[in-house]
Parts: sequence; C-alpha cells; structure tokens
Amino acid sequence: MQPEEGVMQSRAQAMKALLELMSDQALIICNGFPSREAHKLCEREQNFYMIGSMGVAASIGLGLALAQPQKTVVVFDGDGNVLMGMGTLATIGALQPRNLIHVVFDNEVYGTTGNQPTYSRVVKLDHIAKSAGYVNVERVWEREDIIYEFKEMLGNTGPSFLLIKVNEQIEDADRVSIEPADMTKRFKTAVTP
Amino acid sequence: MIESDDFVKALQDIGFDFFTGVPDTILGGIIEVLGERRLYTPAVREDEAVAMAAGAFFGGKIPAVLMQNSGLGNALNVLMSLNLIYQIPSLLLVSWRGFEGKDAPEHLVMGQTMPQLLETIRIPHRTLSQETIIEDLKWAAQTFMAQRVPVALLLKKGIVKAVQP
Ligand SMILES: Cc1ncc(C[n+]2csc(CCOP(=O)(O)OP(=O)(O)O)c2C)c(N)n1
Ligand SMILES: [Mg+2]
Repeated sequence: MQPEEGVMQSRAQAMKALLELMSDQALIICNGFPSREAHKLCEREQNFYMIGSMGVAASIGLGLALAQPQKTVVVFDGDGNVLMGMGTLATIGALQPRNLIHVVFDNEVYGTTGNQPTYSRVVKLDHIAKSAGYVNVERVWEREDIIYEFKEMLGNTGPSFLLIKVNEQIEDADRVSIEPADMTKRFKTAVTP
Repeated sequence: MIESDDFVKALQDIGFDFFTGVPDTILGGIIEVLGERRLYTPAVREDEAVAMAAGAFFGGKIPAVLMQNSGLGNALNVLMSLNLIYQIPSLLLVSWRGFEGKDAPEHLVMGQTMPQLLETIRIPHRTLSQETIIEDLKWAAQTFMAQRVPVALLLKKGIVKAVQP
C-alpha cells in the first residue's frame, strides 16, 4: 500500500512523536538533516549524532546493542543511509540483537543534498529487512500508526524495523553544535551502567 | 611461528574483549580461535566492522577489528569521519597482503602504499614481528588508551599460524 498525499508526516513530526515515547534508550541518528532535526527537537545525553560516516548508523547501534544487551538501542536512519550500508541489514538479521530498534525515515530522496531521488521509491526496504530476518517489520505513515507500532517495538523482542514514509519537508535546523570528541565522552557515560 | 591460540590469549590478556572483521587467509587461524571462544562477531564489510567496534566501545568494550589491507580501503571514510573525529579508539589488526610485491596483482598497490596511507591519515601503526609481539601489543594498547585513535598492527604472512598454508 502506498500512502496518499496529505496524510504523510514530515520527518520532524514523526521524529517528535517517537522522541516523546522514549525514556532512557540509547539513540543513534544518521548523518545529514536527521541528526540536525533530532538535535533541535530533543537534545539528550543518550543521543549520538553521527555527522559523517554515511551508512553506518545501524552498525554503531548494533555494536552497542551487542555490548549492552540489557539496554534498548534505537537507530534513526534515512533511506539513503540504509541503501549505502545495506549489508548491515543482513548482519542484524543474522545476529538477532533483541534490543535493537531500527527506524528508517524514508522520504525517498537524498534530502540533505537537494532531494535527488533514492531507489527506495521502487525498492521496498521493509521487504529487504523482513527477508534479512528482522523479527518485527512495519511500514507506516500516519501519526497514530507510527506511535502504535513504535510503542509495540519498545515493548517487544527485536530486532525491529520501522519504516516511516515521510514527506520531503526539512526542518530549519542548524548543524549539531556539540564537539564530536565531547559527544563520545558523554554518550559513552550515558549508555554504560 | 606463533600459535593463533597464544596470540589470541595475548590480546585478551591486554584487555581486548570485542572482535569483529572480515576474513583474510593470514587472519584465518586467529578468527578460528576467536570463534571457538565466542569472541568474534563477523561483519560483511570493513567499514561496518569499524562502526560496530565503535558502538561496542561506547558500550564499554575494548574492540579490535580484523581485516585484509584491501579492507582498509573500504573502511577509510568511517575511520576518517567517525573514529578520528570523535576520538573513538580501536585496534586494527590488518593483514599485509602485497608485501614487497610478492602477491596477486590486486594486492600490489595497497601492499606498497599502506604505510604511507596510514601516515597520511595519521593512524599510528607497527608491523608485528615474532620477537617483539608482546611489546607491539602493549604499544598498541597504550596508544589506543592515550591517544583515543585507531591503532593499526600490520600482520605479514608467516608470523601467526594460519589455517591454510
Ligand atoms: C560517503 C558520503 N557520500 C555522500 C555524502 C553526502 N550526503 C550527506 S547526507 C546525504 C543524504 C542522506 O540521505 P538519507 O539518509 O535519505 O537522509 P535525508 O538526507 O533524506 O534526510 C548525502 C548523500 C556523505 N556525507 N557521505
Ligand atoms: Mg532520505
């Protein structure tokens, strides 16, 4: 099923809805505008804003999830990022980290670099995740469904994959102001007991 | 030649407790032992492995990434725009294919230029030798802790016993 025009959320709206449901979970956000928007919407010490290394947000999340199996790890990813690091869907599917929730904000473009179309318009990332072995896989675009499915995933055993179809709207958000080395220190402290 | 078992034990003794990577024949024996001890998490690409190791470091682990030097090419952007920027340390155990030009053609360019490449991107490195291996590992661990950068140990053929000759 394809979303109808008009009912789709902006990524910032969808992100805000998810952030309101989160408590002490670790969160890794992919590079580009997703990190900037999350930084503007809800700055927290358990947030790791990835500014370079396009494609590996989920790999960072996976490493943390394996090292801290008691901690729920959430990844906010983009369609372009997932396509670049698509092998990681296989790694996650094979390793089955129970505490990993992989959220993809799919605007079907490389939004950060000027809305060049990505292949997620024709390639179904949720189908790939399902085939790879993610346990819970959902594709959503309406606000109520986004909230319902994310809540379910927070309570269930993963790995989970939430594909949120969003529109191309970008929030006016500055670059992440935290020094990367400071972010490492505070994130490490915040996510280890 | 050093037994893979002894080499892994030395790595563990010095504190390394999370291992990932992509195989190479030179690394085969080490990966086998790591697998037997349930310490090894296979990756599908070297940049994924380096990022996974970064996540494990955030989670309190002391990580090491095993790769063929061709994988250094795959990992370059993550090393430069993640590890070196965020000061995330990692041990890179890199097999040196194409050493002194004696290898298959695909290894020759990387085999010849790897030390300069590592110097250019400012990744401290040493070549493991049988006589100084414990010292080399200590140096790597110290540099890892003090400088908070990826540190590379280069492993030539015939230093640690491989599965296949
Ligand atoms: C290796 C690499 N190639 C290209 C870029 C340029 N770049 C930055 S963000 C981005 C798009 C990311 O796309 P997506 O994950 O869909 O997020 P969106 O921008 O749509 O929010 C690109 C291509 C980069 N940072 N790194
Ligand atoms: Mg996109």
